[in-house]
Amino acid sequence: MLAWTIYTSFLGAAVLTLLPAKNIRAARSVALITALVGLALAISGTLAAKSAGLHTITRLKWIPALGIEYHLAADGISLVLVVLTSIAAIAGILFSWNVEHRTKEFFALYLLLIGAVYGVFLSFDLFLLFVFYELAIIPKYFLIAIWGSTRKEYGAMKLALYSFVGSAMVLIGLVAAYALAGAKTMDLSALARFPFPQSFQMWAFPLVFVGFAILAGLWPFHTWAPTGHVAAPTAASMLLAGVVMKLGAYGCLRVAMTLFPHGMEPWGFNILGFGSWRDVFSLLAVIGIVYGAMVALVQKDFKFVIGYSSVSHMGFVLLGLMTLNATGLSGAVLQMFSHGIIAGLLFAVVGRMVYDRTHTRQLDDLEQMSLNRALPFAAITFTVASVAAMGMPGFSGFVAELQVVAGAWHAFPTFAVLSGVGILVGVAYALRALQKAFYSEPAATTTGAGVSPAPFSTTTHSFTAEKVRTDPKGVGTPHAFPKLEPISVPERIGAVLLIGASLVIGLYPRVLLDLIIPSLNTPLFHWLGKGAGS
Amino acid sequence: MSYLDFLRLAIPETIVVVAALAVLGVDLVVLRGVETRLRLLIGTMISCVGCLGGVAWLLAFPQTGNFMHGMLVANPLTRIVMIALLLLTIATLLLSLETRFTPHIGEFFALVLLGTVGMLFLVSTEDILMIFVSLELTSLSLYILTAFDKSSVKSSEAALKYFLFGGMAAAFTLFGLSLLYGIAHSTNLGQIAQAIAQKATHASAGAGASHLTLDPVLILAIVLTVAGFGFKLATVPFHLWAPDAYQGAPIPSAALIASGSKLAGFFILAKVMFLGFAGAEGTVAWRAFLPGWVPLLAVIAAASMVLGNLAALVQGSVRRLIAYSAIAHSGYMLIALLSHQVEAMAPLLYYVMTYGLTTLGAFGVVGVVQERAGGDRLADFAGLGRSAPLLSFCMLIFMLSLAGIPPLAGFFGKFYLFSFALSAPGSGLGLLWLVSLAIGMSAVSLYYYLQVLKQIYVVPTAASGTSVKTPVSTQTVLVLLALAVLVLGCVPGLVLIPILSALRL
Repeated sequence: MLAWTIYTSFLGAAVLTLLPAKNIRAARSVALITALVGLALAISGTLAAKSAGLHTITRLKWIPALGIEYHLAADGISLVLVVLTSIAAIAGILFSWNVEHRTKEFFALYLLLIGAVYGVFLSFDLFLLFVFYELAIIPKYFLIAIWGSTRKEYGAMKLALYSFVGSAMVLIGLVAAYALAGAKTMDLSALARFPFPQSFQMWAFPLVFVGFAILAGLWPFHTWAPTGHVAAPTAASMLLAGVVMKLGAYGCLRVAMTLFPHGMEPWGFNILGFGSWRDVFSLLAVIGIVYGAMVALVQKDFKFVIGYSSVSHMGFVLLGLMTLNATGLSGAVLQMFSHGIIAGLLFAVVGRMVYDRTHTRQLDDLEQMSLNRALPFAAITFTVASVAAMGMPGFSGFVAELQVVAGAWHAFPTFAVLSGVGILVGVAYALRALQKAFYSEPAATTTGAGVSPAPFSTTTHSFTAEKVRTDPKGVGTPHAFPKLEPISVPERIGAVLLIGASLVIGLYPRVLLDLIIPSLNTPLFHWLGKGAGS
Repeated sequence: MSYLDFLRLAIPETIVVVAALAVLGVDLVVLRGVETRLRLLIGTMISCVGCLGGVAWLLAFPQTGNFMHGMLVANPLTRIVMIALLLLTIATLLLSLETRFTPHIGEFFALVLLGTVGMLFLVSTEDILMIFVSLELTSLSLYILTAFDKSSVKSSEAALKYFLFGGMAAAFTLFGLSLLYGIAHSTNLGQIAQAIAQKATHASAGAGASHLTLDPVLILAIVLTVAGFGFKLATVPFHLWAPDAYQGAPIPSAALIASGSKLAGFFILAKVMFLGFAGAEGTVAWRAFLPGWVPLLAVIAAASMVLGNLAALVQGSVRRLIAYSAIAHSGYMLIALLSHQVEAMAPLLYYVMTYGLTTLGAFGVVGVVQERAGGDRLADFAGLGRSAPLLSFCMLIFMLSLAGIPPLAGFFGKFYLFSFALSAPGSGLGLLWLVSLAIGMSAVSLYYYLQVLKQIYVVPTAASGTSVKTPVSTQTVLVLLALAVLVLGCVPGLVLIPILSALRL
């Protein structure tokens, strides 16, 4: 049944290409129905698979001469991410309800991307996984290059090339592993059992890990993420941050760490205190957390704030993976889910609710608009989302980051403390963005009907005078931009859906943990816990 | 073996030759003064029937045999390659149905068919003399085909460059082959290999070392032969003719050079190297270099991949871009040869065949665009996605397949080729350095393929541009080619299983 998440998405994309170009309404409906079917399939598949552990969905011979199989399967981790994808897909469509330029192509590419993402999460043959992984690159490129905004062609090309370079690194590792194991199988479980020599794992692990981690926004390979996110149309940036970055993190876990667990063992010598790849990558993850937060703190563009916050939050995922204990790992998977939901919501507010109406993302401009009055729903949504993002108990971000930090405390206490700094800075940038974008009192802007404030604010005298004079009139009515269209119904539904998902997981994380933790006990994760004390 | 058997083995070639003569004769006798469209149609028909006849004969009466010590060889593998060649030629012929670059229609089709006959003989021989003769038959036809657009200066320039370089390369090849004859006193590849192996054992017995010491004459023979073939396959440093020929030649000629001639060239290069130079391989495994033809090919492969891909990045003309990408692809394909095992034919043939289909399709699209916009600059493709959605979709598939994006044939070709190079028995990841370079370079290549697709789908239509409808025949061929690239990528077994079972025999 889960396999049909992939097929329906591709089918939806195919149906869309056959629709007449003029019929925007039909295109939207087809896309939404496809995504809803995807959610239904994902949830019913998850409920049916309640007996945790790895279970096969489809297994067919594909290219027998090379031992390549069409092998779809799922364990708890796949299920969590499949559900995330289905939710993010629906939300993305709801928030791109206003796309009217080449609508059917937009949704066709969108569904193609979604289908490929489902495919990656459900593939247990590495060849198949790689096929889906690469298949996701091209729709991303076109979604950004055609429907994007700021420097879209640059952002799109950068994203495509970063992804492709990453997958080239992965391919080198995979082909080498396949050849070394006798070129007989690409099955994940079979290759995971193959005893690759230690010396091989020592270079293959970092190669494949970094290859995937590029897409997960590992510092210093993260630079595609902010530009890509900013250039992308709303739905694409929701998907990029929501699920595509998860592809990278998932690949790190499912491929790099599962195939080459010995690559994480100590080198046997120390350089500057680093004794293994694990030390190196966890440091990079922590740098990502702190650096992303710091940079987000000083951004002028609203969307860049969210873009860098994604880098920061994905750092937690990678840090959680590197803890190599069950707490950290399940925290990392939870964080993938949580960040997928919350980042989607944040990008929806910035891209759809604010930018599509005000046509600016400069925080300094937004500051003048007192959007909390013009768009109260957007203000509330963003408040909730940023509170969730900074790790308020009750939302998914809290349980996830708590687990990661707890896991990291066992493995490397210093990094755990440093990542705590990241959380603090996270509170700061979220509040700054919130205050600047929504809750700032417009400084002397309410004179007349939105005349430029520049002449008045040059001297403090006239500045205060104006403020005092206009304040009584200004309350409750947005002067500067009276014609902002109200938040539409699809946007409200999308926002409620995402907030609800985050709340459910935050209040009752066992829904997901019951899926994740049993699958950590399967043979695929036999290496888990080995490095916990070291 | 009697000459009757010889004739039976050569029936596919004979059919094509007869078709070539028929097309000349019909055009000369019957069709003078008839309007060009009809002449083109009839010429294409006759040529296609000839090629289809060849295919039908090969399918219906599979022959195996060896005439006069490898002068003419037929086995399941050559049969597959011949069928592929004929099919590629048919696609090329159909693409030329709507061309109007020449009034000499009969001659054009006859030359295409004669070039194809040269390729057919090239793949079905194991004799160096015969190899040279068929190589020349192919090359001479292609030189003329390149110059066929008499109204275009570029076509003449391209042909002259192609011819001058080609003549020199032929001289090199002949010199190399004559040295081989001097070493082995035989023109048969198998006997040449025996002679080389004997010499090598004598030499190594004298030296007492385990590694191979090569005769200077043999080294010269290897270098000269590889140089000659390297020219045919447009590998660095023998590639200089390719960008001009690809850009200047009429579309069908360029397509034939890029697809059919490449398939035949790679097949015969592999045969010469595997059969003729067996025993003089050497190795390029990391930290275990030994002299031989493998290191030579490895250097050529690495240089082709790097130069082809980097030069393609800055091309403004799509045909030149395809030319440089062809150079890069030649580099990838050479990697298959480095494992010097007959099994390497499987990844090599899969790659070259699907590459032939893809590049043929790409040239087809470029031809239509050139007709429409008057040029093949990147900007001429702007907005094609709106004005010709189906054509653009075909181009999308061709470009992505060339870049190696799954699930298209180009991806499986690369995967199979690279994994074979690494997993060939006894290699022990020795070729990893070259495979890593190849994969890295193919990541670079995505940039320029996306440049084409960006023009098609992202950049809005230029204001001008008379809308020329895509001819139905061209469109059908292109859709079929795109479909083949997609299907072969999803179900590679369709081609792979016949090749593998042919290899096992």
